[in-house]
Amino acid sequence: MEFRYLPMTEIDKQEMLDTIGIRSTDELFSDIPSQLRMQQELNLKKPANEADLMKELSKMAGRNANLKEYSSFLGAGVYDHFIPSVVDHIISRSEFYTAYTPYQPEISQGELQAIFEFQTMISELTGMAVANSSMYDGGTALAEAVNLSAAQTKKKKILVSKAVHPESRAVIESYAKGPNLEIVEIDFENGVTDLAQLEKELDENIASVVLQYPNFFGQIEPLEKVKELISTQKKTMFIVSSNPLALGYLTPPGDFGADIVVGDTQVFGIPAQYGGPHCGYFATTEKLMRKVPGRLVGQTVDEDGVRGFVLTLQAREQHIRRDKATSNICSNQALNALASSVAMSSIGKHGLRKMAVMNMQKTRYAKELLKKAKIPVVNNGAYFNEIVIKLDKSVSEVNTGLLEKKIIGGYDLEQAYPELQGHMLIAVTEIRTKEEIETFVKELGDING
Amino acid sequence: MANQDFPLIFERSREGRTSYSLPELDVPDYDIDQEMEEVYIRKSAPELPEVSELDIIRHYTGLSNRNYGVDSGFYPLGSCTMKYNPKINEDVARLDGFSHIHPYQNANSVQGAMEMLYDLQTSLKEITGMHEVSLQPAAGAHGEWTALMMIRAYHEANGDMERTKVIVPDSAHGTNPASATVAGFEAITVKSNEKGLVDLEDLRRVVGKDTAALMLTNPNTLGLFETEIMEMAEIVHTAGGKLYYDGANLNAIMGYTRPGDMGFDAVHLNLHKTFTGPHGGGGPGSGPVGVSKELEPYLPKPILTKKEDQYIFNYDRPHSIGRVKPYYGNFGINLRAYTYIRTMGAEGLKKVSEYAVLNANYMMRKLEKRYTLPYPQHCKHEFVLSGKQQKKLGVRTLDIAKRLLDYGYHPPTIYFPLNVEEALMVEPTETESKETLDGFIDTMLSIADESEHNPELVQEAPHNTIVKRMDETTAARKPILRYYGK
Repeated sequence: MEFRYLPMTEIDKQEMLDTIGIRSTDELFSDIPSQLRMQQELNLKKPANEADLMKELSKMAGRNANLKEYSSFLGAGVYDHFIPSVVDHIISRSEFYTAYTPYQPEISQGELQAIFEFQTMISELTGMAVANSSMYDGGTALAEAVNLSAAQTKKKKILVSKAVHPESRAVIESYAKGPNLEIVEIDFENGVTDLAQLEKELDENIASVVLQYPNFFGQIEPLEKVKELISTQKKTMFIVSSNPLALGYLTPPGDFGADIVVGDTQVFGIPAQYGGPHCGYFATTEKLMRKVPGRLVGQTVDEDGVRGFVLTLQAREQHIRRDKATSNICSNQALNALASSVAMSSIGKHGLRKMAVMNMQKTRYAKELLKKAKIPVVNNGAYFNEIVIKLDKSVSEVNTGLLEKKIIGGYDLEQAYPELQGHMLIAVTEIRTKEEIETFVKELGDING
Repeated sequence: MANQDFPLIFERSREGRTSYSLPELDVPDYDIDQEMEEVYIRKSAPELPEVSELDIIRHYTGLSNRNYGVDSGFYPLGSCTMKYNPKINEDVARLDGFSHIHPYQNANSVQGAMEMLYDLQTSLKEITGMHEVSLQPAAGAHGEWTALMMIRAYHEANGDMERTKVIVPDSAHGTNPASATVAGFEAITVKSNEKGLVDLEDLRRVVGKDTAALMLTNPNTLGLFETEIMEMAEIVHTAGGKLYYDGANLNAIMGYTRPGDMGFDAVHLNLHKTFTGPHGGGGPGSGPVGVSKELEPYLPKPILTKKEDQYIFNYDRPHSIGRVKPYYGNFGINLRAYTYIRTMGAEGLKKVSEYAVLNANYMMRKLEKRYTLPYPQHCKHEFVLSGKQQKKLGVRTLDIAKRLLDYGYHPPTIYFPLNVEEALMVEPTETESKETLDGFIDTMLSIADESEHNPELVQEAPHNTIVKRMDETTAARKPILRYYGK
């Protein structure tokens, strides 16, 4: 059988065997002990030709209810925002997507400059001095931030708000087992972190306090008050996870003295794609610059004094420091960071605030309609693009009903918070129309009875 | 364009330009400020660029022209498996039913996606010979850490609390010792012998009651098959440790042998290497882990299973190490790998390894005439040369790499592995034609000539690139990590 990715002809092969001085390629594998050599072929599906495979996989894709055809009110960390056409055109340029990490700066200035620009945009959004080239996703970025805080303060106890994304908290727990950290969760009250409990738990043994802003319920955490509390402890670090779109409207965590700000740029130009790949960001104060995990790009000049960019401060990293590295991370999400950079450039300085506000206005509209429909909206603080409602029926029952109407309902909060039975977390983004919101509320009310 | 800097997107910005087409505000124009405490309303807008759509396209197209990918030319970067990235993979990944689905959708509404993942899991189990596979880890290093955490949980479940050390060969990837540290272990080194393989005597010396695991790449980073793998497995297992397989070099052995059959207890794979990811300029990747039956209870949550005809995520896993990543791994990359495996099948994947190894050996035999080959035996999918003959002439491996840029090639990996002086690590991959290999060989031989007759030409390279060698010292000493405005 012929394979289109394998170009060697029989003549080529023979010439190469002659050069090596062997008769068959089997000789090149003769150093594998015979009892380890496979006697039979791998048991895999037969090779598929391009046309058939495309047909089959299109059919497989067709069996999934997708956000283009359904009207979605599901968020909980992954959002359905408009992606400008320019994004996919740029990231489809193969000089970007078929390149490796830019180790050779002379032929990688494009990627390096794009990352430098990404770092700048993240610094601007978060109000932080330094941002890295990206992380796997928001959840692992947060876990890395926690481990960094423990290493930096030489303390082992972390306070994490329960209003932080449940899966991020789960990842923090897993990462914390390496350095044996103790994670203490702080409850929430009316949808925001319980500051009284936070104050009670806060003492000189705390490496860091972790909050999400806006939090998992869409509520705006009072960072100013939290900062006041944390500042009573000299060493304790302040870690904030933020939806970067919200920072187009909200005062950035850097202005409240955050030491590390992380999050996910999926909201900028990256499709949901069933949860990944997305793109984590990681921003810190200047003081922590040499402790940051992952790649950093810096500006410099070449021998002729021409401005250019290089991977820098590599002495932090695994390929140099090995077991003494600040993290084991080796890749970053360069291509997705590029997608987000293009989307952020497209939205622009003033567009970003408009887009953030529109998300809030549309959510507000949904909230008004829900109230009118007598569906209780719990939590009464300020919110970004998510709100929590209380249903009479189970969330899964309601969602099943909505799906039949080609609507993807909200997140079932009971999955992560047993005490929030019948509570649904709803996300409304700028691309939901007035009509979609009205239909959603009507259908929701009908099913809920 | 040569030797000029290229404006930053911020430097193209002009007040009042925009490229974004926001949907119409069809709901009431609520005054959001009224609902928000003043202190939480941002006072000054973040300095994002203000540019038109064409500005964006010209800017990033210009940047792409200043970048080099596999589609641009030969990329024999050792240990990175820079093979061709098939275009059908990209098309499949962009189908609405795959790219626009939410991880919290009801499982009934995403059975197609779950079937793909399940089928990929099954294929990877077969290719590696492992009992179970998790697609959760986001990248190779993430997979290493995940598997080490499982090994740790396994030892702890056995009350074996003293197993604090992870052994890595001196030729190992940097991620191995780094992952060991992050997982809470101490990394210790085992030496290589004169054949470039793990020194069994030294291994016997370093294993003991404190051994949690040995991390091994096979073929190793010199591109050599660890022929004594069964003895090594025996030594480590007898000491009560586990054997970990770094799958970075799986491209060499598909269909010929399997880590599961060699006695490995855990493996990670780099789907962006062997299974045509692509690399994306540094990511995203995907780093699934495979484990033996013994380690299966410790797999990260959730695991994907099939019950009758339904695919479900199972969270009821009391011994699991927990979550390693939100949602279900890098689905988009897993999908590309799946498309590739389906394109190749068993026959194709075996041929992949056959040609990857043939190509490497062919190049090695041609190049050993002018470059030192520290280990003379047949290699697998990559080989390591030493530039020490050239070093005597004042030409460093770095210079050779930079000179290759002038000829339009991406250089091999340099100064790795650490146990070869002036190392040049070459991995051609199976997707390159003989003409491409010959072109590169001829160039390398020319550079060897240049090093003898005109060393300055090599020492001062590159001459033809858009920028020359960068001042990396100043970059690290006085870091400028963002644009500060005009």
